[in-house]
Amino acid sequence: MKVLVPVKRVIDANVKIRVKADQTGVETANVKMAMNPFCEIAVEEAVRMKEAGTASEVVIVSAGAAQAQETIRTGLAMGADRGVLIQSEAALEPLAVAKLLKAVVEKEGADLVLMGKQAIDGDNNQTGQMLAALLGWPQGTFISKLEKNDSGIKVTREVDGGLEILDLKMPAVLTVDLRLNEPRYASLPNIMKAKKKTIDTFSPEDLGVDVSPRLETIKVVAPPPRKAGVMVDSVAALVDKLRNEAKVI
Amino acid sequence: MDFALSTEQRLLVESLRAFVDQELYPHEAEVERTGELRPELIERIKAKAIEQGFYAANMPEELGGGGLDHVSTALLERELGKASFALQSIVGRPSNILQACAGDQVERYLLPTVRGERLECLAMTEPGAGSDLRAMTTRAEPDGSGPDGKGYVINGAKHFISEAERADFTILFAVTGVEETARGPRKKITAFLVDMGTPGFEVRRGPTPVSHRGHHPCELIFTDCRIGADQVLGEVGRGFEVANTWLGATRIWVAANCVGRAQRALDLAVEWAATRKQFGQTIGRFQGTSFKLADMATEIAAAEFLTLHAAWKLGQGAMTDQDAAMAKLYASEMLGRVTDHAVQIYGGMGLMEDLPLERLWRDARVERIWDGTSEIQRHIISRALLRPHGG
Repeated sequence: MKVLVPVKRVIDANVKIRVKADQTGVETANVKMAMNPFCEIAVEEAVRMKEAGTASEVVIVSAGAAQAQETIRTGLAMGADRGVLIQSEAALEPLAVAKLLKAVVEKEGADLVLMGKQAIDGDNNQTGQMLAALLGWPQGTFISKLEKNDSGIKVTREVDGGLEILDLKMPAVLTVDLRLNEPRYASLPNIMKAKKKTIDTFSPEDLGVDVSPRLETIKVVAPPPRKAGVMVDSVAALVDKLRNEAKVI
Repeated sequence: MDFALSTEQRLLVESLRAFVDQELYPHEAEVERTGELRPELIERIKAKAIEQGFYAANMPEELGGGGLDHVSTALLERELGKASFALQSIVGRPSNILQACAGDQVERYLLPTVRGERLECLAMTEPGAGSDLRAMTTRAEPDGSGPDGKGYVINGAKHFISEAERADFTILFAVTGVEETARGPRKKITAFLVDMGTPGFEVRRGPTPVSHRGHHPCELIFTDCRIGADQVLGEVGRGFEVANTWLGATRIWVAANCVGRAQRALDLAVEWAATRKQFGQTIGRFQGTSFKLADMATEIAAAEFLTLHAAWKLGQGAMTDQDAAMAKLYASEMLGRVTDHAVQIYGGMGLMEDLPLERLWRDARVERIWDGTSEIQRHIISRALLRPHGG
C-alpha cells in the first residue's frame, strides 16, 4: 500500500503572529517556519504503518515555495521514503491544493492519502475533503485511531459529542486529529539518510492545474486585545453579569 | 563565505531541541532540588539518547559514533548546553582522546564507550596542579608487576574529576619521569587507562560546588595501585602530546554550551521584559531594560560566531589554540554577563529557585574556570600575538 502524505510549511506554532502594517496578511519575514503540527501527526502515522509492514512506501508531498523542500526533508528525516514538491510562489488556496494533490495521487497511484485535518495558518479545514470529492474516494476526517483490515480501513473520528467509527473502502482520504499519535523527532541516522532521499519537483503547469486565486483577501486584522477580567464576589453577582452585561444566559 | 546551516544541521538542531525540551527540561527541577541524578533517570535519558543517535554523536561513524562534523558537534553542544549540565552530561560524548587507543585497548575501552556500555572520566587536575598541570605529583613508576613483567605502580591524588562516580575507567595523567631540557628539568607525563575497582584506586565525592547541581566532582586516590604496561594510552612520556592532539577542541564545546545557555537566559529575559508591567508599561519599554537586551543578544551572536568559526576551522584542519581560547574566553565571560543582566531584568523573581534563571546564573560561574581559566585563555591568546615579535 502506497501512502501519500501532503504536508504544509507554516509559521512555527510557538511564534507569536503579527499582522503586517498594511493589513495584507501576517508577517512572515524572519519568522521561524515549521511543518504544520497536524501534518506531522499524519507523517508519524504513515511511518508507523511502514514500520508495521502495512504501508510499502510513504511519499511526502508539499505545494508551495522552494523552501517547502525543507518541510519535506523534515518528513523524510522522520522516516518517509521520498518527496514530491509542487513548486509555486503563488498563494495557493485549498481548492488549488486539492487539485494539485489529485494530480499527484493519480501520478503516483497512491492507495491512501493521510493528511492533517487543517493547517494552523489558515485553519481552513477544507483540502482533505475537497481532495476526496475530486477523487471520488471515501473520506474519514478528524481521525484519532485507524486500523487497516482486509476489506479496507476502520477509523475513529472525533466528532462533536463523541466518537464515530467508520469502515472505509480503500482507496481513501483520511485527515488526522491531534490525539492520533505523538510525532517523533528525527534520529541522527535518519537525518543523515534523509539527505540521500529524492525529492521530485513539478510546477502546477506540469500537472495541468490552474492555481489562479478565486478568493480575494480584503484585509487581515488582529483580534482585539483581551480586556483584563474582573473578580466578582458572589455567584449572584456572576449570574447578574452573565445575564445583564454579557447577555449570555 | 556561507553562513547557512546545511539541511542536516537544521534538522539536527530541530530534533535536539525536541529532545532537550521533552527529555531533559522536565527533570531539571528535580535535579536542582535533590542535587542527584536517579539511576532510573540516567538509564531513561541514556536509552533515549542512544535511540536517537545522539549518544557518541561526536565520534566517527567507523567507530560506531554519529560521525558529526565539527560545526554540527558545536550545534549539538549548543543545544544540549541549554539544559542542566548534570542531565545533558548523560548524553555521552566520549572523550576524543580515546581515539588514541591501540591494540586491545580499542575493544576494552574505546568501542564499549562509544556504544554506551562503559563510561570514561578524565583525570588531570590535582590540588596542587590546576592551571599549572605539569606541577602534578601523581606518579606512575615502572615496577615490573604486570603480567608481562612490565607495569606501573601509581601513587597520588586527583580532584575535581567529573563523572568519576559513574565512570567505569579513568584516563589518568601521571608523572613517569623527568627529562633535561634547555630550560632545566621537566616532568614527563604519561596517559593511562585505569579501571575503576583496580586495587589501590579509590573514588570519593569531593566538596559540593555552587554550579551544576547533580554533577559531582570527585577525588581519585591512588595508593600503590598496580596496572599493566598495556594500559598506557599513547606513548610513554608523551601524555601531553596525546592530550593536545585530541583535547584541543574541548574548549570549543565549552563555548558552545555557554552560547546555548545564554540564549535560554535571553529568551526568558525577553519574555519577561515584554510582559512584566511597572509604572503603567512593560519594563521592556524602559531603555534601562531594552538596551540590556540588545547588548545581550549582540554578545551572544558574537560568541556564537567565534565558536562556530573555531569549529569550522577545526574541520578544515586549521584551528589554532588561539581560536579555541578566544571562543572559550569570550563565550564563558559573555555567559556571566548575560545571566547577570537576565537576573537584573527579572528583579527579585530572578533569584528564586522556581525559575531556571538563578540556576543559569549560578552555573555560569564555573565556565570561566574549568577547561582553562579565563586567565589561561588570555595567556594563550597574548602569547600567540607576542611570540612572533620576540615579546
